[in-house]
This record gives sequence, C-alpha cells and structure tokens, in this order.
Amino acid sequence: MQLLTDIISWTTILGGSFFVITGGIGILRLPDFFTRLHAVSMPDTLGVGLIVIGLVVQTGFSLTSVKLIMILLFMLFTGPAATHALAKAAIHGKLEPLLFNKEESSSSS
Amino acid sequence: MRKTISLLVLLFSIWLLLSGHLEPLLLILGGLSCLFIVWIAVRQDVVDHEGHPLNLHPLRWLRYSLWLIGEIVKSNIDVAKRIWNPKLPITPTVTVLPAEMIDLGQVIYANSITLTPGTVSIDVQDNRITVHALSRDAAEQLQRGDMLRRIQHVIKES
Amino acid sequence: MIYAAAACAILLTMVLTLSRGILGPTTYDRILAVNSFGTKTVLIIAVFGYLTERPDFLDIAFVYALINFIGTIAVLKFFEYGDLGGARRPDQ
Repeated sequence: MQLLTDIISWTTILGGSFFVITGGIGILRLPDFFTRLHAVSMPDTLGVGLIVIGLVVQTGFSLTSVKLIMILLFMLFTGPAATHALAKAAIHGKLEPLLFNKEESSSSS
Repeated sequence: MRKTISLLVLLFSIWLLLSGHLEPLLLILGGLSCLFIVWIAVRQDVVDHEGHPLNLHPLRWLRYSLWLIGEIVKSNIDVAKRIWNPKLPITPTVTVLPAEMIDLGQVIYANSITLTPGTVSIDVQDNRITVHALSRDAAEQLQRGDMLRRIQHVIKES
Repeated sequence: MIYAAAACAILLTMVLTLSRGILGPTTYDRILAVNSFGTKTVLIIAVFGYLTERPDFLDIAFVYALINFIGTIAVLKFFEYGDLGGARRPDQ
C-alpha cells in the first residue's frame, strides 16, 4: 500500500515538474508576448495540479490536503483572470500580436 | 437574504477548514470576523448574482468540470510537444467567436478558454470573444463550438 | 527525495522565468514573468514545507497566492490607468 501511494505520487510530481520546466523553456523560446501567455498557462494548470495531487496522495486524508486542494482551486480561479487582464492591457496598450501570415512574409523578406 | 446567509456559511466553513481549531472561544472569534466581512460586503452592495451564483445545476457543473479537465490535459500535451519540438511549429492566430448568452455563461466561457493552454481570450465585447490561439488547430477546434454547446447546457433554465 | 527533485525543477524554472523578466522587451513581458514567478514561489513554498516536514508552510503559500494575484492586478491597473484610485478623475 505504501509502495503504491509512493509510486503514484512520484509519477504525478515528476510529471508536474516536467510541465513546469516546459513552461519555463517556453517563456524563453517563444517569439512574442501573446505566444508566451500560452507557455505560462501550462505550469499554472497541469504543472500545479499534478504536483498538488502528488502531495495530496502522499499526505492522505487530513486538513493539510484540504489546504492543498484549496490552494489549487484558488490558483485555477485566479490564473485565467490575471492572464486575461494582462492580454487585455496589452491589446489596449497597442501591442500587435505576431500572426502566422505576417511571420511568413517577414521571414521571406 | 438567501445569498447573504449562504455567503456567511461559505465564509465560516472556509475559516474552519483553514484554521482547524474547535475551541469555543476561537469559534466565536472566527464567527464574529465572518459576520464583520459579511457586513462589509452588504454595505458595499456586492452580494448579488454576479459575486455569488447559487443557481447552477450541480451535476451538470460537475460533468462540465470533468470534461474541461480532460481538455486541459489534452491541450497541455499538445503545447508541450510544440515547445520541445526544435522547429517550434507554432501558427499564432486571432479569431472572433460568437457568445450570445447571459453574462455568467460568458464568464465561464472566457475563463475556460483561458484556462486551456494554447488559447487565451483577449477581449469580451458585444457578445463576441476575441481569442488568441497558439496554433491554427486550436482555433479551429474552438470554432467548432463544442465548448459553447456544453456551457449553454450548464447554464440552461437556471 | 522526490521533493528535492521537484524543488530543483521549480528553481530551474524560476531562473528561466527571471531571465525573461530581465530580457523582456515590453513591460507586459516583465509583468507576465513576475506573475509566473509568483506562481512558482507558491509551489516552491508548498514543496519546501514537505521537504522539511513542516506543513505550516502551506498557510504561507496560500497567503502568497493571494498577494501574487492582487499584486499583478494592481500593477496592471497602474499601467493602464496611471493611478490606483477609482473611476473618479480630477479632470472629470
């Protein structure tokens, strides 16, 4: 039983760490602000979610895991609000999103 | 009145879960602080249908949440593949989606779009949502309107 | 053990995010990097609590999540409107 919970929590925490690192790579590699928004929303959802699930599995049923679930729910509710506010502020600040067709024409010139 | 009482109950249960104390003195102090916050909320006039939607169908809501989690996992894997690919195969697209429904549905729709990686809702205006997508596939998938139909089912007759 | 690995992964991501905050050509890139950095901070406080076997750290993580959200919205509001006050402007 102990082995089973260990395996489950190790797998989920490692998976979450992978998505967190992928988000970090993406925020450096992607070419413009609007595409970087997508890279940030990845660790905010599945990265946090998998790590928290791994910690909950390791803790078992107690008040600590309730707190962890509340942190996860809070981040899932506030993350999109912050991202949407950022994107809206950027559009109102006259920041032009890089589009696929424009990118093609600029790379050929 | 119903919303005020449910706000009080919600606040007190959150306080209880976060503190974990059951002594009478601390329970009374916690209850008093919850009452104080409810008084501030009533005085600010923010206890309305917007801040605190009570009339959602719980089972449909649960089914929608499970479906959304599945979508989030799928699009996470898709975006991760694109980022790790050395050629960086992204095709950024901006589309406008129709969203004619009550404001609660629009909020759920825009939040769900932003929550799934690969799509971000930029602007909500005049029953239309402007969406920036990392790839053309993700934009086309949203245009098919699967998510919109599910949200309309959740908020129906409520 | 696994907590140490997760903490290393999160720290590495924090370095990457911070370098985007330093590089970032526009203001919005920097705000995005700070917001993402705050999310990682919440995660690393929670994982660090497990690493040192002190679950009290979760309360700090919760408070940090609140501060991070409010801070991002406040900075954005300041950049968009120029002040943190309400709708009333002196010229209106």
